[in-house]
Amino acid sequence: MSEGQANVIEVEGLTKIFGDKVVVDRFAMRVSRGAIYGFLGPNGSGKTTTIRMLCGLLTPDGGKGHCLGFDILTQARQIKERVGYMTQRFSLYEDLSIRENLEFIGRMYRVDRLKARVDKSLEDLGLADRAKQLAGQLSGGWKQRLALAAAMLHEPSLLLLDEPTAGVDPKARRDFWDEIRRLSRAGVTVLVSTHYMDEAIQCDNIAYIAYGRKLIDAPAADIPGIVGLLTWRVEGPDLATLGDALTGRPGVEQIARFGAALHVSGTDGAALDQAVAPHREDARRTWHRQPAGLEEVFIHLMAASQDNFAGVEPSHEAA
Amino acid sequence: MGGFSLGRFMAVLMKEFIQMRRDRVTFAMMIGIPVIQLVLFGFAINSDPRHLPTLIAAGDSGPVSRAVISAMAQSSYFDFQGTVVSLAEGEDALRTGRASFIVVIPPGFERDVVRGATPDLLIAADASDPSATGGPVSAMTGIIETALRETLTGPLAGLGQGPPAFNVVVHRQYNPEAVTAINIVPGLLAIIMSMTMVVITAIAIVRESERGTIETLISTPVRPIEVMLGKILPYVLVGYVQTIVFLVAAKLIFGVPFEGSMGAFILGLNLFIVVNLALGFLISTVARSQMQAMQMSIFTILPSILLSGFMFPFAGMPGWAQALGTVVPATHFLRIVRKVMLKGAELSHITGEIGSLLVVMAVIVTVAMLRYRQTLD
Repeated sequence: MSEGQANVIEVEGLTKIFGDKVVVDRFAMRVSRGAIYGFLGPNGSGKTTTIRMLCGLLTPDGGKGHCLGFDILTQARQIKERVGYMTQRFSLYEDLSIRENLEFIGRMYRVDRLKARVDKSLEDLGLADRAKQLAGQLSGGWKQRLALAAAMLHEPSLLLLDEPTAGVDPKARRDFWDEIRRLSRAGVTVLVSTHYMDEAIQCDNIAYIAYGRKLIDAPAADIPGIVGLLTWRVEGPDLATLGDALTGRPGVEQIARFGAALHVSGTDGAALDQAVAPHREDARRTWHRQPAGLEEVFIHLMAASQDNFAGVEPSHEAA
Repeated sequence: MGGFSLGRFMAVLMKEFIQMRRDRVTFAMMIGIPVIQLVLFGFAINSDPRHLPTLIAAGDSGPVSRAVISAMAQSSYFDFQGTVVSLAEGEDALRTGRASFIVVIPPGFERDVVRGATPDLLIAADASDPSATGGPVSAMTGIIETALRETLTGPLAGLGQGPPAFNVVVHRQYNPEAVTAINIVPGLLAIIMSMTMVVITAIAIVRESERGTIETLISTPVRPIEVMLGKILPYVLVGYVQTIVFLVAAKLIFGVPFEGSMGAFILGLNLFIVVNLALGFLISTVARSQMQAMQMSIFTILPSILLSGFMFPFAGMPGWAQALGTVVPATHFLRIVRKVMLKGAELSHITGEIGSLLVVMAVIVTVAMLRYRQTLD
């Protein structure tokens, strides 16, 4: 965003078809240097496929573009040299030690000063004293950090992270994101897919993808405004009954549980107010009208995209 | 209530059937292996082979020798394919496998028969595969009696009766005492290598995709040829170790001789190892799990055992089965090993097999390289 011209990723019309299913449909995107760019979307929406096309693991069926100044169709090798890719599933060698894994990946990229780099990486990871331990014995959080270290070993200028924190505990996720922000400040561009809203908020820009299409591409803070969703937050007893009573009422587009509260949302403010008005008289519960948060916006978007593409009933429960 | 629930039992049963149907490769194996075995055992395998290639070294010609040769040909055991000028040339043909038998009619044979001097009719047999040559050799006595009784008429009729007019001397070359181990042990090397090399390579490579590590690997700038060579070479060394163990055991435990050229053996060995590894690599590009890779490997090993001439004489198989057998790499390596170890073959005697292995290798490597992709799609 800072240097308008220096787009690290610039693609348009990117399309991938598996069999007769269009997994990624005319995807366009620009990512500037040093940005943290978030990919959000339901499972199977094409996030992984898009990332794989960007780093040359999959050949697009249509579209064109550049990644780090190289053509994604013809210069996959040059792109691979300069990109760090972290897979959704741990895909280093569980039967190699931590050090052996790092050294192997380093040799794949033919990095110079291999030993020094691996030592430094182990030091940064805090795994120097456990370097001989097999990677398979690490916990989920440590595996992710090792994978990130491996992806960073050749000092790539672009990091592609595919749900890097799935199944990782909250503390480890925070540490992981601290590291990502540090890399971003150092000028590394990061493209990361996630399901966690607390992570999405930390991205400079968010692309919301559903069923292969990019529906929204904007800074995180702007997204609720773009979607125009309004929310009533209700606290009190017997929320399930209230939820049932409100379901299907004109103006009520979404009812989602957030912790001890119920969020009743809709895009038509007047209709929404009218729908909830009778229930607000019940003194047992407290009602607050508030701007919709990112999470309910995305639940709303997912429900809408399921409507559009699969004909499935919108979900009333938060995932 | 710990009773047996029919509902639960049926649920497990149904689930098993559903999974069986979904795993196409396993399903194909369940049908394919019995069919292949039935066809091979039922039609292709014949432990009493006929029409074995035979050459004549005719030092003499006359009614008696003609009668003997025509009786031999009629027995359908021997297929006369030409003549050689000397026993030495004949032995060369035995060594390369061009002939299984050499019939040597000594000079002055006819004259000696008429005189009652009981000359020797020499039959040199390639006994490196005793099951192939055993039948024809034991049938010889009957064949000659018939020949003399039915074919010799007129003034020579008397030769058919009484004591034999000549002796049939059979030289069982390469394995004079028909020791089974001497036939089986060299062949085993081909089978052991086929089994281990193909399976190990296939599994080692499929493991990468099954565990997902292939995704990290191909996201790096590594080239397919680097992966292929790097993954295969360790198993070439495994193949060498197996061969050394085998050679030592063959010599010390089974007393199998090593008569021929070590250089020819090593050349054949290397080729065979590469062919097997390439085959394993090819399987790995098709199989989606280690289990499937294992099953496909077994699928390729079956013909190596049954059609290569290891268990049953190659010459005894019908033409279509021999054609299939020719495609099996083990067939050629088995011949190389038997020729070199038992028949004392040099490089010049195994050029045919080397050529065949090269062709098989070129085909497998090409297909494997085409199938191996640098991308995930």
